[in-house]
Amino acid sequence: MWSIIGASSVGTLIEWYDFYLFGSLAPVLATKFFPQTNPTAAFLSTLATFAAGFVVRPFGALVFGRLGDMIGRKYTFMLTLLLMGGATFLIGCIPAYETIGFLAPLLVLLLRLLQGLALGGEYGGAATYVAEHSPAGKRGYWTSWIQTTATIGLFVSLVVILITRGSMTKPDFDSWGWRVPFWISIFMVLISYIIRRKMHESPLFAKAKAEGKTSTNPLKESFGNRYNLKFVLLALFGAAMGQGVVWYTGQFYAMSFIGKVCNIESAQTDSLMAVALLMGTPFFVVFGGLSDKIGRKGIMMAGMLVAILAYRPIYQKIFTTASVKGRTEITANLTQNMEAKTLPNGDSTYHYNTTHFYEDGTKYSYDSTVTVLKDATKEAVKPKIAKAITLNSGDKWTIIWLVWIQVIFVTMVYGPIAAFLVEMFPVKIRYTSMSLPYHVGNGIFGGLLPTVATYLATRGKESGDPTWYLNGLWYPIIIAAVSLAIGLLYINGRDKNVHD
Amino acid sequence: MNQIKRIAGIVWILLALAAAYCCIFIFGVPKMASGKQEDLVFGIIILFVLTPIIVGGLFTFGYYALKGEYDTMA
Repeated sequence: MWSIIGASSVGTLIEWYDFYLFGSLAPVLATKFFPQTNPTAAFLSTLATFAAGFVVRPFGALVFGRLGDMIGRKYTFMLTLLLMGGATFLIGCIPAYETIGFLAPLLVLLLRLLQGLALGGEYGGAATYVAEHSPAGKRGYWTSWIQTTATIGLFVSLVVILITRGSMTKPDFDSWGWRVPFWISIFMVLISYIIRRKMHESPLFAKAKAEGKTSTNPLKESFGNRYNLKFVLLALFGAAMGQGVVWYTGQFYAMSFIGKVCNIESAQTDSLMAVALLMGTPFFVVFGGLSDKIGRKGIMMAGMLVAILAYRPIYQKIFTTASVKGRTEITANLTQNMEAKTLPNGDSTYHYNTTHFYEDGTKYSYDSTVTVLKDATKEAVKPKIAKAITLNSGDKWTIIWLVWIQVIFVTMVYGPIAAFLVEMFPVKIRYTSMSLPYHVGNGIFGGLLPTVATYLATRGKESGDPTWYLNGLWYPIIIAAVSLAIGLLYINGRDKNVHD
Repeated sequence: MNQIKRIAGIVWILLALAAAYCCIFIFGVPKMASGKQEDLVFGIIILFVLTPIIVGGLFTFGYYALKGEYDTMA
């Protein structure tokens, strides 16, 4: 069983690694492929972020889900692995915008779309494959290893980037070094491909195929058949939708909130997130295993409930912990600098930096850059403001624990869900039927969370709401509450059969 | 219990309609009309991807619940 888990998990982990690389390296990629001075390139950049992350994934679920139910799980998730690896490697090979012009962002967008498609097909295949190999009574435990890969994939992408950055100078990294993490992907994919090639087809699918019981049109049977469609809708609205927003809140919105709303310095934000994720990851397996004993529904619904109740107090505490208000400043250490530069086009920039130091070890740096244009008739450039708070060790750990609690909520809803979805659908349409609600729940309901939440918070700030920074949480709270109500009322949770 | 499941079906249908209003008039149209490219893509995705899924999906789910399709879940 461990060889099946290993081969499936490593491949899925690599796919998540590939997918996250794009996001983690977005600032560098923007300068290479999507110059903001070119409106079309900037538009493609936004499209690459939204379209691949959200819209294409459910299509990948449909395309590869159909294949997986017709030709087999093994070949389909080998195909998605190669597609993802190839697309990632090629992103690392595309010449920059200044070399090949408009073709560069267009190629990146196309490859990014392929990544989204591949990811849409991979997860359902891996989860189904592992579940169909697992013995009864251990399915939650074994599939939960697949569930750890999304978090570990993010972690590995951050580590590979950190190591690459650390092994060269900043100009080298900005010039060509950023391509290395993309190139590394092809080696990881090849190794995973060799491992997966030796694997056997899922026994349940092989049996169904031998008996001629596979579906000839999985899409029609999954979504055109009223009996199955009602299960797909229940899986989406009663589980995957709530799970998706809880996952994205704990893993991504927390990071954005700490960095952008609380202004915690970026390296400290990355490190505290990494620690919280690492400490929380084993609980995917804990709750996956527990779901075999006490049921999947109870754990997932409990995860949603505690998340709904705890989000606002948790984020309030993060906000107050990160604030410099109430700290005693060492005024003797206050530093103020100003640097003036004249640019080649005759414009001038003035960079001001003020750094405050506090008795508890916290540091607050405030940077502003003002540009004075040579041509006074041109529209003035807005000053650039950057705030960065570096917390003392005690406050840093307080925030780590507050993020960790959210990761625990994630593990409660996400740990058992692969087994839950697999058990909900019959063998012949399982890959298709479970992939779509999963990717709509995570890709669309979850994927839109940072943007919708930021929009709600901005509206609250503009209207003068004193707790505007908590307004973004209404999106995950409302979505999770609806999902919880539907799940409690309609999910039975007693179906543990995967042989049907 | 089945009676509650059916009555709740009406709630999901009403919720789908409320979601349609929010997605179109609070998020979608204002974003598309803002003139910023980032907002335009976001508005398009809200209107043409999220709205059909929430409204169509939740409405169908509510309709099925109301008709008693979920009375005898395995």
